Amino acid sequence: MNTHNNAAALTPIRICDFSGQLAGAGATRYLAAMGAQVIRIEDRLSRGGWDMFRGTGPYKDDRRGHNLGGMYNNHNIEKLGITLNAKSLEGQEILRELVSISDVVTENFSAGVMERWGFGYEEMQKVKPDIIYVSNSGFGHSGPYKSFKSWGPVVQAVSGLTYQSGLPNMPPAGLGYSYMDHTGGYLMAIAILMALYHRYKTGEGQYVDMSCTDAALALNGPALLDYTVNGRPSSSVGQPNSNRSHYPPMAPHGIYKSRGNDKWIAIAVRTEEEWKLLSNLFAMQGIKDLDKYATLDNRLEQEDELDNLVTSWTEKRTSYESMNTLQRLGIPAASVQNPEERIDKDPNILAWNAFPEVQHAEMGPTRVEGLAMKFTKTPATIGKGGNLLGEDNKYVYEEILNIDPNILTNLQSIGVI
Amino acid sequence: MTSVLNDIHVLEIGSDLGAWCGKLLADMGATVTKIEPLSGDPMRSYAPFYKDIPNKNSSLYFWHYNTNKRSVTLDLDMEEGRELFRRLISKTDVVIDSLPPGQLTNYDLGYTSLSKINSAIILASLSPFGQSLPYSDYQATDLTALAFGGSAWSCGYDDHELPPVRCGGNQAYHTVSHFAAMGIMTALIHRQFSGEGQFIDVNMHAAQNVTTEGGAYNWLIAQETVQRQTGRHASVAPTPPTQIKCRDDKYVNIGFPARTEEQWFQLLAWLDDHDLVGNLSDYLTPPNREAIVRRDPDAIKHMHLVMQAVEKLCQTSNAKDIFAKAQELGFQWGVVYAPDEAMEDEHFLARNMRIEVSHPEQERFFAYPGSPYKFELTPWNIKRRPPLLGEDNDTVYAQELGIDSTNLTELKSQDVI
Repeated sequence: MNTHNNAAALTPIRICDFSGQLAGAGATRYLAAMGAQVIRIEDRLSRGGWDMFRGTGPYKDDRRGHNLGGMYNNHNIEKLGITLNAKSLEGQEILRELVSISDVVTENFSAGVMERWGFGYEEMQKVKPDIIYVSNSGFGHSGPYKSFKSWGPVVQAVSGLTYQSGLPNMPPAGLGYSYMDHTGGYLMAIAILMALYHRYKTGEGQYVDMSCTDAALALNGPALLDYTVNGRPSSSVGQPNSNRSHYPPMAPHGIYKSRGNDKWIAIAVRTEEEWKLLSNLFAMQGIKDLDKYATLDNRLEQEDELDNLVTSWTEKRTSYESMNTLQRLGIPAASVQNPEERIDKDPNILAWNAFPEVQHAEMGPTRVEGLAMKFTKTPATIGKGGNLLGEDNKYVYEEILNIDPNILTNLQSIGVI
Repeated sequence: MTSVLNDIHVLEIGSDLGAWCGKLLADMGATVTKIEPLSGDPMRSYAPFYKDIPNKNSSLYFWHYNTNKRSVTLDLDMEEGRELFRRLISKTDVVIDSLPPGQLTNYDLGYTSLSKINSAIILASLSPFGQSLPYSDYQATDLTALAFGGSAWSCGYDDHELPPVRCGGNQAYHTVSHFAAMGIMTALIHRQFSGEGQFIDVNMHAAQNVTTEGGAYNWLIAQETVQRQTGRHASVAPTPPTQIKCRDDKYVNIGFPARTEEQWFQLLAWLDDHDLVGNLSDYLTPPNREAIVRRDPDAIKHMHLVMQAVEKLCQTSNAKDIFAKAQELGFQWGVVYAPDEAMEDEHFLARNMRIEVSHPEQERFFAYPGSPYKFELTPWNIKRRPPLLGEDNDTVYAQELGIDSTNLTELKSQDVI
């Protein structure tokens, strides 16, 4: 069975995928793009309702339906999809067959759901002794909060990431999207690949309990050690200004007003050399009294005033003018790009093909997120859009599981598939 | 216990972009050797410092990102240094490079040269904008990457006179490292089958662009633009607030307060415990989210009444107790913790998210954040504190490369190592 296609890194790998949403589906979408055969199991009774994104917006051309969810399409490229009544005995028998010829089982239900249903790791290990079984949940499968419910914003709140994002004397701004669903997916993919690598070396499968809040806690960065080592809790000094840089200290460092409605420029002055270049530029353009900002300590002591001075320069220019002027001097500066600017107009993103087009069976051509890396020997494939509900029943049941078509017709009529 | 990557040797060269990737591999057992200039990785000069006293070995920023790694010093500007690097390559599986694009090639240490020494070498080069694309010579930091790549557009406050916000904790560096680690693990599996290594070009700007959730999908699918909002998802149409202040002035994130009829009656019962039901007893269902988004006046009035009551409810207890009670009722609510509060929470303690690591120089153990994923057979582990500058020169150069003591002394005296 293990025939390796040299053009796709993960070709021989088959994943029986019970996961969904973004934190789970985001992991298997990467593996599918790299050549793994990912078979999504969807519930026939609730018409794929395990995954809330099946029928939710955004919608292309405002057409709605369980095959037309824009996010589902994005998260499920290059996957096969089957439907099945997992509560029926026949359905469970088919699932065990599928697990017995799979390398990996993935799921991201709340803790205990798969076990209650007879599809926990220990049961699956009986079916396939070297199975790799990766669970990804908000709070993990042990600990006092293991039954707690979560989604991206809850993960980000409880782990400290929300608190670390904001402006002083304001409530936390947090992250305006489910960063930890994306990132939970990335880490889940890393975990699956590591477990596969171990199995290729030793023949051993194993269970992995991935928790998005655990993952997020470690992503707080150096603030954690400032607390555990130096005893300096961030909660005691009030809402941090995350547009500034404390670790390492830099000034100017912030997001400044540019010309135009809701236009902004981010500037980070890393070194004394970069400050000299910037202050020379300011001086040439008639800004006075720059000597008092000569050292980093000076600038940190008068940071509010310094930020006003920088704004007096940036607000007269478009964000791209400021960016190009500063980048020519070698100073990190970037426009706060809106979706249209970064997706449709950014020459780097267009040249990279960061948002490739896929063909979806009902939506037609749509663009989805690509990958942030390019491989010289094993390029990714992103061409097929998200699977329709039950789109691959015939192929998976007949070609992969070798179920007789007459039996399939019967299973269909009694509501199993 | 064995570790997944105990047969893998990694060289890490560069600084901020790749350090988290190196840590992900090192904490799973890879032997990761940092190649540092004689003055040390720039990260060694980043605050905060142990007891606030700066020196080459006291940066907590460096500590956070470099557990389990080894350190050797090496001057690649000298031919003797480059020759040593070539000798290391023959014993190396993976190189994580975050030097400026083209620098390794300028040293004649690009992929073509390295693969002649070791055809199985995997070289992952992380850079702000990819190796040779528009902007590849532009400078970037965590702040400017998050601004340019779409994160900041979605983070901030309802009041757009306030700037967009950088999410805290170095997330741009984390995200590019996550893609690099996915790529490296994929390439290692491909190498198991094919014996061949490869080059992986990892683009931080693309990594941000494909990690913004709704910001991208609404544009890709429907050409609609999300707008940032306080403490909740950026949205095309405004959505109700979700971040509520509690009695202790800390916040909970309540998402959507009740999603089902069952939850609605549970919420009413909880409100009733505090005599806060009022006119809400007239409603038999929770507020209709879709109707609110399309500005239906009755739905908005309903939601307004709910929010007034929930705000009063949250004033009856501390944020953590509100969180616990809500989760007991099955609501997806989360307490907004500062990072240090998360580090002390009983759930994270129960899941070993606080790991004590021995620092013999200080004769103390210090607490580091634990593992994102719990592997049953091959656990994540911190065996060794971050390396002192050049601590492993003798091990690597004398024992592993077999350089005799006379030559080693000469290399040291000539400042090659």
